[in-house]
Amino acid sequence: MILEAEDVRHFYGDVCALDGVSLQIRAGELVSIIGPNGAGKSTLIGALTGAITPTAGTVRFKGRDIRGVGPVRLARLGLVRSFQLVHVFPELTVRETLEAAVVSRLGRGRRLFASLARDGEVREAAMAVAERFGLAGKRDTLARQLPQGDKKLLDVASAFAMRPEVILLDEPTSGVSTRDKTAIMEMLVAASRGSGTGAMILVEHDMDIVFGYSDRIVALHQGRVLADGTPGAIRADEAVVAAVVGRPPAARPA
Amino acid sequence: MRRPLIVGGVAAVIAALPLVAPAYHLTLMLPFMAYAVVLLGLNLLFGYGGLVSFGHALFIAVGGYTGAFLTTHTPVRSLELMLLAAAILGAAIAAPVGALCVRYVKIYFGMLTLAFGMVFYSFLLKFYRLTGGDEGMRVLRPWLLGQDLDAMPKVAYLIGPYYYYSLAVLALATLAMWRIVHSPFGLCLRTVRDNPAKAESLGVGVTRYRWAAFVISAVYAAVGGALLGPPTGNVDPTLAYWTHSGNLVFMTLLGGFGHFFGPVLGAFVFIFLQDTVMSVVPYWRLVFGAILAGLVIWAPGGLMALGSRLRA
Repeated sequence: MILEAEDVRHFYGDVCALDGVSLQIRAGELVSIIGPNGAGKSTLIGALTGAITPTAGTVRFKGRDIRGVGPVRLARLGLVRSFQLVHVFPELTVRETLEAAVVSRLGRGRRLFASLARDGEVREAAMAVAERFGLAGKRDTLARQLPQGDKKLLDVASAFAMRPEVILLDEPTSGVSTRDKTAIMEMLVAASRGSGTGAMILVEHDMDIVFGYSDRIVALHQGRVLADGTPGAIRADEAVVAAVVGRPPAARPA
Repeated sequence: MRRPLIVGGVAAVIAALPLVAPAYHLTLMLPFMAYAVVLLGLNLLFGYGGLVSFGHALFIAVGGYTGAFLTTHTPVRSLELMLLAAAILGAAIAAPVGALCVRYVKIYFGMLTLAFGMVFYSFLLKFYRLTGGDEGMRVLRPWLLGQDLDAMPKVAYLIGPYYYYSLAVLALATLAMWRIVHSPFGLCLRTVRDNPAKAESLGVGVTRYRWAAFVISAVYAAVGGALLGPPTGNVDPTLAYWTHSGNLVFMTLLGGFGHFFGPVLGAFVFIFLQDTVMSVVPYWRLVFGAILAGLVIWAPGGLMALGSRLRA
């Protein structure tokens, strides 16, 4: 078990956002978390990545309680997230962005007088990620000058450059066209399998994506786990479909 | 390949200047070189870290008073030791001050640094026994590389050995800062400037990098401040006053904080323009205010950006 939540509860004042959520993520799995707005998805992501310290319950990453560890150290330990809205470094080029992630992963950020340009290991690792995400041709473009779809790709690619054991992607395909969505998902899955990234957790609203790519689906509703099973099992559960999915999902896109 | 050529050329011109330029202009080059050191450091925080300090004159004063104190209260006269002591003291004060300030960003960071600057100004003003109050302290002529040069006429000392010493310090400071901004540290600092939340998600600790940049910039300011004292032979509390910090920000904007050498150019233009304007009209602040307004409106990237726009 690489990431594990046990009876996690979280309150904002009197409002209960998570009401005893337990879930397990195994290495190599692609798990989607779904649920309507207000189901507690954002709070759950926060709790899983150390950004939110839950009111009660424990989250364990590689068997270790993450309480008090904080998202910065967790990221270096191999638990990396991306945000729902596109996050890039506007004045950094594609290559610099990916190099920054590699520098952070290798713990070289303290090197005050070392030449980054002569660090072949950082450069090669960054370029390998750029190739994988189809950004190599734009390596010297500033992030703010990229089209929206490429910004999203760069955002996710930089998370992959951390070679995470668990990567948590909050709506990786939000704000991009339907055609780009599939392309991004294919690239993510390929990157995840290819680089040996452990587990991938998706938070998605697009049910075609969710049912098309997930090994397992966790459905949240009003702060509780309503269902946890394979896409087939979830699809067959009428209560879940009614409460969470909203409509019968289509088959996996070609 | 063009950049090293230009930088080398400019350095050669500065080095050759004492052969041709009048003594008066050479003495103006001394504060320029001191401020250039200060601004190289300030721009690590401002241009590369995205934090505008309105209290950085504090560290200039720390450096200036360190030199003054050493030459008047101790047997130390070596400029190397003065610079070293200034750097150490600057870092020692910046470490706790920075730890507090970098928890805040934007205007809150600016106001907090301003507040610390004012506290230090008051300290210099009130602790008369240690600092000489509003009259300040004398800075005795320092020895350079162990050489006692007290026998030289003042101007000859300043535009000769002291000039080249300042140039050497500036060259070393430039080289060190060039390496810092092009290091893995420099890259991470820019991620923190551009998007702190994203930087944290990639494992880059935001406050730690901001703090490091703050301390490094304070060391540069203190070293520059220590260079500023000997030419006038005196330091006083106005070194720490907030308008002095404002001048630093102005110089940075004037040259352009988006460019490595922008602030250095800004310092140069500021010093010589101030001298020219002051000799013509008494209200130099009026003229500078108009320039600042014009800059912000028409050339927010400063003279460096203006230069590259004209070339394009």
